Amino acid sequence: MMLTGKWLDIGPTTQIEPGTARTLPVAGGEEIAVFHTMRGEFYALVNKCPHKAGPLSQGIVHGDTVSCPLHNWRISLRTGEAQGDDKGCTPTIPLKVDGGRLFLLRDAVMAGVVA
Amino acid sequence: MNAATGFHGATQMKERLVVIGNGMAGCRAVEEVLARDPDRFAVTIFGAEPRVNYNRIMLSPVLAGEKTFDEIVINGPDWYAGNGVTLVSGDPVVAIDTLTRTVTARSGHVEPYDKLLIATGSDPFIIPVPGNSLPGVVTFRDLDDVDKMLSAAEQGGDAVVIGGGLLGLEAAHGLSLRGMKVTVVHLMPTLMERQLDEAAGWLLRQELERRGQTILTGANTKAILEADGRVAGVELEDGTRLHADIVVMAVGIRPATALAKAAGLAVERGILVDDHMVTSDPNVLAVGECVQHRGACYGLVAPLWDMCRSLAGYLTDAPQGYEGSATSTKLKVSGIDLFSAGDFSGGDGAQDIVMRDAARGVYKRVVLRDNKVVGAVLYGDTADGNWYFDLLKKGEDVSPIREALIFGQAFASGGALSDPNAAVAALPDDAEICGCNGVSKGQVVGCINAGAHSLDAVRSQCKASASCGSCTGLVEKLLAITLGGEVESGPKPMCKCTSFTHDDVRRNVVDKGLKAIPQVMQELHWTTPDGCSSCRPALNYYLLCAWPGEYVDDQQSRFVNERLHANIQKDGTYSVVPRMWGGLTNPRELRAIADVVEKYNAPMVKVTGGQRLDIFGIRKEDLPAVWADLNAAGMVSGHAYGKSLRTVKTCVGSEWCRFGTQDSTGLGVKIERMTWGSWMPHKFKIAVSGCPRNCAEATIKDFGVVCVDSGYELHIGGNGGIHVRATDLLTKVATEEEAMTMCAAFIQLYREDAHYLERTAPWVERKGVDWVRAQLLDDPDAVGRLARRFHYSQRFSQDDPWAARAAGERRDLHAHLAEVRPLQLENA
Repeated sequence: MMLTGKWLDIGPTTQIEPGTARTLPVAGGEEIAVFHTMRGEFYALVNKCPHKAGPLSQGIVHGDTVSCPLHNWRISLRTGEAQGDDKGCTPTIPLKVDGGRLFLLRDAVMAGVVA
Repeated sequence: MNAATGFHGATQMKERLVVIGNGMAGCRAVEEVLARDPDRFAVTIFGAEPRVNYNRIMLSPVLAGEKTFDEIVINGPDWYAGNGVTLVSGDPVVAIDTLTRTVTARSGHVEPYDKLLIATGSDPFIIPVPGNSLPGVVTFRDLDDVDKMLSAAEQGGDAVVIGGGLLGLEAAHGLSLRGMKVTVVHLMPTLMERQLDEAAGWLLRQELERRGQTILTGANTKAILEADGRVAGVELEDGTRLHADIVVMAVGIRPATALAKAAGLAVERGILVDDHMVTSDPNVLAVGECVQHRGACYGLVAPLWDMCRSLAGYLTDAPQGYEGSATSTKLKVSGIDLFSAGDFSGGDGAQDIVMRDAARGVYKRVVLRDNKVVGAVLYGDTADGNWYFDLLKKGEDVSPIREALIFGQAFASGGALSDPNAAVAALPDDAEICGCNGVSKGQVVGCINAGAHSLDAVRSQCKASASCGSCTGLVEKLLAITLGGEVESGPKPMCKCTSFTHDDVRRNVVDKGLKAIPQVMQELHWTTPDGCSSCRPALNYYLLCAWPGEYVDDQQSRFVNERLHANIQKDGTYSVVPRMWGGLTNPRELRAIADVVEKYNAPMVKVTGGQRLDIFGIRKEDLPAVWADLNAAGMVSGHAYGKSLRTVKTCVGSEWCRFGTQDSTGLGVKIERMTWGSWMPHKFKIAVSGCPRNCAEATIKDFGVVCVDSGYELHIGGNGGIHVRATDLLTKVATEEEAMTMCAAFIQLYREDAHYLERTAPWVERKGVDWVRAQLLDDPDAVGRLARRFHYSQRFSQDDPWAARAAGERRDLHAHLAEVRPLQLENA
């Protein structure tokens, strides 16, 4: 995996089916969940619900939110904020799509890494 | 350029403006400049195509036979001559030298400039698959492409269009009208996903299929196939092979930046320009699809006009900067009304207003943020498209007309509509409220005044909204207007996405023959684009139950446990329960389980209440390997994770027990073999006890059998959960066969009637034991009919889901994308 440059290439967009998410473990850091919505948008978040750290990557994706598989908190994929009456926020990782490939902002990916 | 040589001499003193690109942007820019200052520049335009400037976006009507080439020419030869513009066509520029300020054409001709305008547009994106350059593979970009498609269409045969975006669908439409059998292959699940949401994409797909096109979504092209040196077909990733006499590649465009890049200009996705369309070289400007302005590249025509105005203003010393464009799209396929504009992806602070009219095939969605229109998708009725687009561009606060916004300009501008009920109150008494049953407003109000104070009461007394239910909202408003706050609440809707109840939805799915989730959402007026985590799994189940063998399960609508065939635990790991028929096991199975526990370091093994062994702490990546090991010992999925048959718990019965009256263990195994794998509204537990001492606790199960000397007592609707409920006795039968048939019939009745996530206990209480008994026992044929339907649906559900995963299916659900290992850690 290329670790140079500002953006980290994590492979082609086709490896994530719309309406699902896949995971990217970071050694020494937090696991990242990369989401592909039904509408074709991509988002990346730390794979932890702000409530009880449930793996958001395994939730049902609807609109641009995901429902956590543990207790059904609804988390915005855009901001990481819990929706409705629930309060809490999951860190997001800036993501861009270029030439059919997904890129994550390197600094944000490494943010949780203890050197 | 001979025609203009004379001019050259006379205009030596003019500044020399050289334009690369004779397309829509290049020519429009020149027009704008000439309109402001006709005498300032000596203009030379280089075009790659050997023809005059034409309206590229009208190529679709030319392909469809609705227009001729002459009709789409923008500037004929007269325009060039009359304006003193030199056109060099068919001799494209191959190099730019910004130091000497010259361009070189392919013929070797060198042209000096004072100002250079790059308007090279974009190139079609060719997907990198084998066979992509075979004869018969065409793009859809210029008139030559159209000519190739037309000559292929003359032969008839099969066309495959790769790409279900705007361009691809217009090509498909044209080829279809020209008599070809067209298949559209689209990578994404929704057609035109950049312009449409799932709901509108689904309506579009239905219409195109009705017109005879084959639409394949979620289809990834693997290779273009060859025969006799030319294209013969397309192969998809899933192995499907499509025959093709012509393949049109219309997957997208890329800004044509090669010239600019070679000349050392700053280029990212497109050629970087400032607000005056000036590139990194002050004497070089760029405009159109080849540029990137404030991070955005455009592939539509409206932004080009805005850019050309800014560019002309700058070149004639009256600069007015370009600030980017809002874009809107209409599909140029005759008879299909489709409009999209702005940002309709939703998001924080965004509010959707959705209106669906199933009878007219209309879907309208307007997206608001901070009380301003930020996006709109319209299908079937686009009359108000431009009005929404206008509101969007102006960024007006629409809160005063918000309630009526979705009904369109005519309605919203009527005024005095800040109260949503006012519009309904203003309707005349003879206005029709319920189209299905022909009920007028006067009749509904009369009915309410006569004592019908709830939606249900109105439905049963005057039938308004009792059929398709689409006027439910109107009836509710009439209740509110007529009664003030005294409306009695009726049955609750399924979720906040709809006003329909679970029963309404189930009934409509069957009556209307609805067979896909987006179809249900459209026909039943869903108010969200793609549902929520509450209604999606319910709809998936209702469709699965109604159309066994026909409906394709939607994995994205399933809760994680049913997607991964294991139970998620609080730490994100999974627990795995192999099936043990009737609770029986043997040394081979126990060894395999012990081996798995050691091999994968499972921290805990637990005997469950359903007489199974539960292995805890398995990571999702290891699940396929764990299943492979268990499969090898003959064990299959125990469905301990599903809204499905969980376990059949048994006691040892007459084979060992001194009190046993029948072979309860054997019957339990038979029942489990019959019922495993079936999807249900909720989890379903069975037990078989060999005598009334009831060691298998059959009287707190969904279906319980208590063996007695004279036969089998069959019990229903028990539950050992939060609210303990003992079963009701359904009936008593004499043979194992009768017990099994009744079991199948009861399950099927529950499957077809209960609400999603409703266990049998609350279901039996809601419907009444007498009702259940009547359904099963009154008509002597009813049990047979229900059991047959159950057995039919079981034909499609008794596949071990673990076996397929262990063999490598859906690896994407288990494997990580990749792993990030920071360098500093590796070095440490």
